[in-house]
Amino acid sequence: MRYLPHTPEDISQMLAVLGLDRLDDLFATIPESCRRTEEMDLPEPATEWDLSEQMGAIAGTVAVCPEYKLFLGAGSYDHHIPSSISYLLGRSEFVTSYTPYQPEMSQGTLQAIFEYQTLVSRLLGMEMANASIYDGATALAEAVLMSVRITRKNRIAISSAVHPLYRRVVETYLGPTDYEIVELPVTESGTTDVSSLDRIDGLAGVAIQSPNFFGCIEDLETAAGLTHKGGALFITAFTEPMAYGLLKSPGSQGADIACGEGQSLGIPRSFGGPGLGLFAGKLKYVRNMPGRLVGETVDLDGKRGFVLTLSTREQHIRREKATSNICTNNSLCALAAAMYMASVGGSGLRDLARLNYDKSEYLKSSLKAAGFDIPFAGPHFNEFVVKYPAETYQRLREKKIIAGLPLEPYYPELPAHFLLCATETTRKEEIDNLVKELSS
Amino acid sequence: MTSELGTTGLIMNEPLLWEKGKKGRSGYSLPRRDVPEAELNADICGDGPDFPDLSEVDVVRHYTRLSQWNFGVDTGMYPLGSCTMKYNPKINEVMAQLDGFSGAHPLLPESLAQGALHLMHDLERYLAEITGMDAVSVQPAAGAHGELAGMLIIHAYHKKKSQHRSKIIVPDTAHGTNPASAALCGYRPVSVKSNEQGILSPDQVAAVMDEDTAGIMITNPNTLGLFEENIQKIADIVHSKGGLVYCDGANMNALMGIVHLGKAGVDVMHLNLHKTFATPHGGGGPGSGPICVRKQLEPFLPVPRIVKNNGQYHLSEDAPDTIGKLHSFFGNFGVMIKAYSYIRSMGPGGLKKASQLAVLNANYIKERLKDDLHLPYDRVCMHECVFSDKHQRGQKVTTLDMVKRLMDYGFHPPTIYFPLVVSGAIMIEPCETESREEIDQLIEAFKSIVAECKLDPEALKNAPTRCKVKRLDETAAARNPCLTG
Repeated sequence: MRYLPHTPEDISQMLAVLGLDRLDDLFATIPESCRRTEEMDLPEPATEWDLSEQMGAIAGTVAVCPEYKLFLGAGSYDHHIPSSISYLLGRSEFVTSYTPYQPEMSQGTLQAIFEYQTLVSRLLGMEMANASIYDGATALAEAVLMSVRITRKNRIAISSAVHPLYRRVVETYLGPTDYEIVELPVTESGTTDVSSLDRIDGLAGVAIQSPNFFGCIEDLETAAGLTHKGGALFITAFTEPMAYGLLKSPGSQGADIACGEGQSLGIPRSFGGPGLGLFAGKLKYVRNMPGRLVGETVDLDGKRGFVLTLSTREQHIRREKATSNICTNNSLCALAAAMYMASVGGSGLRDLARLNYDKSEYLKSSLKAAGFDIPFAGPHFNEFVVKYPAETYQRLREKKIIAGLPLEPYYPELPAHFLLCATETTRKEEIDNLVKELSS
Repeated sequence: MTSELGTTGLIMNEPLLWEKGKKGRSGYSLPRRDVPEAELNADICGDGPDFPDLSEVDVVRHYTRLSQWNFGVDTGMYPLGSCTMKYNPKINEVMAQLDGFSGAHPLLPESLAQGALHLMHDLERYLAEITGMDAVSVQPAAGAHGELAGMLIIHAYHKKKSQHRSKIIVPDTAHGTNPASAALCGYRPVSVKSNEQGILSPDQVAAVMDEDTAGIMITNPNTLGLFEENIQKIADIVHSKGGLVYCDGANMNALMGIVHLGKAGVDVMHLNLHKTFATPHGGGGPGSGPICVRKQLEPFLPVPRIVKNNGQYHLSEDAPDTIGKLHSFFGNFGVMIKAYSYIRSMGPGGLKKASQLAVLNANYIKERLKDDLHLPYDRVCMHECVFSDKHQRGQKVTTLDMVKRLMDYGFHPPTIYFPLVVSGAIMIEPCETESREEIDQLIEAFKSIVAECKLDPEALKNAPTRCKVKRLDETAAARNPCLTG
């Protein structure tokens, strides 16, 4: 086996140092009754070449571009990833290192994560960001728990226009506790109805996603005002951070915590993971933050350097009193996002976000012109809901076009509603063809 | 000293991203605009993020230079205890980048995502076989996330029986994530001490186990690198009071093909694919923490489950007792591909051999260093061994000083000051992928450092001297946090 360097002589000489004869002797302390009596029932080892062929065949059964045309977003987006990022991200000094516990040997990771925290804070208009959470859903669950810790209240209001799968993860995290979740309804325009907010007592946090699951841009400022009046924390979630290249940031609209999915920032979709949980907040809440934080300091010679810091919040010091149990996070994905933000740049992200906006607007206006019903008026970013017969979805699927996400499984009240998405990767011809096929 | 690994070489200084670049540069190839500019309400627009504008060359040099200040398994030996820093095979990276995997949308119709479901389904079967458990969910995104899944399952199991238990037993040698995960389910951790042999004794567990206790979280092999020999007796005690046995499988690298954890009495355990199954740690993730259970706990696993019917794979939500969903989609699929690829490359014999050699390497280090460093538990160990700085304290040298010096010799330090039950702990996990020559070099480096402790203890206080930076002021960083630039 090419990963195991020991020769038979190495093994026997090393065993001799231990005064043992056989490798099995190393396991003498393990009671007989806990041991395996037979070899594990697993496939025999495959050579590199056979494995490549077999896995190529497995991967080949999945519908991907360019053979299929996917107008599918809903929390996982198709954006171009610069070759430079894929290449840099493969550098094994980044890939094969551990969490930077020994800062003198990990300055590369540490400076990169410090830069990531800074870029994420700037993107979201927040004072600080952590080194990452697993994904958008778990970031929202952690945000909800953080609001409970800070306010010591136990009721949470979550918009039903927050990604339905994120809401389910929040429910799982809160399952064993007596925290109560109140769902805020959606208005006819597809945005959150916050009119009842001031009548709900004892709220720890209010969570609203923008752009929301239907692609609609929410009025965060009004929601933040109402939330703060009741003494709760305002949590803004998102699945498409690209939007903040163009839209007002969560921070500028009163968010206390901004959290969501960062997959759009240079990370492949990879069947939904690994993604990247972006998590940012106000500085005054830093000691209640979950997750790793990198901070700037100096070395013995007074030179700038970076370390993991404020670890007294964390499980390895605080144990059951920690702000979260998170340990390994999604560091390499955070690095990809930092590389992406650095490559696209401030001016670039603005232009790119605008192009994304214009692509989906073009799709929307083409559908409207063709007579389709767009139930939620907008404004939208990248995605929106359209109504068309369910048979049409099947018919297009046979033509290798995935015309959005059917919403009925998530919102039974929305049969024959589909969430359509277009990004900078969607060409005008593809949009024109989709509209033609949907219309025919 | 002439042939030692560590040396100095030219590396470059590099400013922070926003200290370089110029407005108007770009490192991105903006796609051609083929649609008109749409109407846009200015009220919803912000100013855009204050990012630096950099060229592609600026970005490439920046991250290349940063990478050169890092140390990884590909650079050299990384004997970080309990972290299983084994070699990360390169074919696995290539497999994860196959278009059908990396380009797959998670909400594709099932019939168009068969390959992805097939891979996850088979990986779950393999992991069940390797652990000796009956059912697996690969959804948890890291070890601590797997622990949370396990605790939620234990909570749901008791709830189903209309029981509300408030405590959980956690040994004093446990990883910090154990009590933190238990606390998320409202459990109060009850500590039990390990005995003079460094393992749990059934009597001590029996003394605290009662019908208000949900179960026990046991790490096996434990964080002293010792096999919990009494695990079956302990499991019997816990089961007799209606509790469940959780096993933290972070140290599974010692046991593959050797121990059957189902037979040992474990009800639920997590694995770390980024440890035992050779997927890279990426400087702190992404990982993957599958949760493995015995038959009676299968109904509680996270959804969706991946099931196979008539040769087709499906995502099933038909699980009324499930703890629910833990991840936006299905977990860290990209990491699962690498672990699958590793298991397929190793085969059953290769995995067993890996565990045997991991244990051989650790015992060899233990034997060859035990005259130089204090060995608190002088017994056959599993995949890691734990020393302390007791012999060096007389020279006013600490564990921290010694491991910082180890960097100058070209090795990443072991885990230090953990487990907490050993004062000044030095926890070494070499892994099976290190050759005897590498291990001999590590041993010689430690021996030289121990000699230096006697000759020039003051010099060790200034170590490391060959890294990008010298020792950093962590106290100042925490006192006045500077978290963004």
